[in-house]
Amino acid sequence: MNAATTALEGGFSDPVFDAQATFRAVMDAMAEPGTRRQVKAGATPPAPLSPTAGALALTLCDQDTSIWLDASLSTEVVIEWLRYQTGATIVDDPAQARFAFVADPSSMPRLDAFAEGSQDYPDRSTTLVLIVEALDSGEPLLLEGPGIERRANLAPTALPVDFRSQWLENGARFPRGVDLVFAARRELACLPRTTRILEPAEA
Amino acid sequence: MNAPTGSIASYNFAYLDEQTKRMIRRAILKAIAIPGYQVPFASREMPMPYGWGTGGVQVTAAIIGPDDVLKVIDQGADDTTNAVSIRAFFQKVANVAVTTRTDEATIIQTRHRIPEQPLRAGQTLVYQVPIPEPLRFLEPRETETRLMHALEEYGLMHVKLYEDIATHGRIATTYAYPVKVEGRYVMDPSPTPKFDNPKMHMSPALQLFGAGREKRIYALPPFTQVESLDFDDHPFTVQTFDKPCALCGAEGVYLDEVILDDCGGHMFVCSDTDHCESRQGDGYHGQQEETFR
Repeated sequence: MNAATTALEGGFSDPVFDAQATFRAVMDAMAEPGTRRQVKAGATPPAPLSPTAGALALTLCDQDTSIWLDASLSTEVVIEWLRYQTGATIVDDPAQARFAFVADPSSMPRLDAFAEGSQDYPDRSTTLVLIVEALDSGEPLLLEGPGIERRANLAPTALPVDFRSQWLENGARFPRGVDLVFAARRELACLPRTTRILEPAEA
Repeated sequence: MNAPTGSIASYNFAYLDEQTKRMIRRAILKAIAIPGYQVPFASREMPMPYGWGTGGVQVTAAIIGPDDVLKVIDQGADDTTNAVSIRAFFQKVANVAVTTRTDEATIIQTRHRIPEQPLRAGQTLVYQVPIPEPLRFLEPRETETRLMHALEEYGLMHVKLYEDIATHGRIATTYAYPVKVEGRYVMDPSPTPKFDNPKMHMSPALQLFGAGREKRIYALPPFTQVESLDFDDHPFTVQTFDKPCALCGAEGVYLDEVILDDCGGHMFVCSDTDHCESRQGDGYHGQQEETFR
């Protein structure tokens, strides 16, 4: 099957309610950083775009959004699928992207390569969707900030080695900065720019 | 697609088209990520005039699903015009369950009150906001207020509160009382009485604010620091009432004055009708007879 026919398949079977359910999962996860939310809606995009990341693309992206893809996602089938299913523009420059999809977070560009918004319009920043194996078997991160009553835990797999220092810099740019969505198998979790990662000594 | 059968044909679930919902949903996500910051959005014309809660309606329409239970209040009441018509609107276009009970609702759309019963995790409070910009009456230019937020330049707001004290001996602002969110953004809590400001601080519920005419969405995630602006020697205080509710006897709640006759007769009753009815159902009674005489 060629890219053109693959692109026609794998969208939501029930676009209105699948998008609503997926949005509520990501909204609740963004509001309560570190919590894991089920994504039941069935999108079946071409690999390596995962079903959860595909569902997020169908829920949030359209002709008004630009998408940046990392090297392993920049295949013809994935690009054609996203173009057909969402109508979004694929861009080469991460700083021009409203959304970035990353299948290999360990080797992604530094967070400051993406759009951070401006001081007066900090909402004009990239939301990164990082495709990960699991949310609980990577390096444990202890979180605090808005949306978290005391502390929260998250351990996404395959983060860049200097993720902690990159995230610290991202937080220092507040109100500018990027926001992260970790898309695992059938579930997701979020790190908005306001969330602080505590050093183990601070626990 | 998915319109409830037998109702208006060809409307999408929850009235808005999917592209509009995506646009609003993207704004909501950024609003949650930057608490207290006003995200511009492409507010649509709704089948009701600006000023009737079009911002709140669009936010609710973008988040609501078939499993939600919706409560709508107008100044605390479930049975006033705005609340009744918005509740009926969502029954018609989304076919969702509705309630007047605060504890049963998953989404509560509100015009200018926060329910007396503490909200819980998993609930979402959607505010209808007329003027989202707390600095608007001090500085009419959007370009300037946006710069003031960018530079965290809120001196003018403190001057305004100080002038209140100089003129009245106290901070005279009683509603839409400005708050500071997580020590960064000054935010308008919408024209809720300042009585409700403390309920916003560290609330377990998600709070979303929609301003339709002004085309802004902003948010408070759960467990977010929300401080009412004040001075060390003039600390923030909420309104107090001399008498309990005339119907249910509740104290420490926000009361509305109800005129009873043309001879000066009046009583004060809970503005939160659900709270008042629940208490009366539980056997609490106020001094209504006495006041009525």
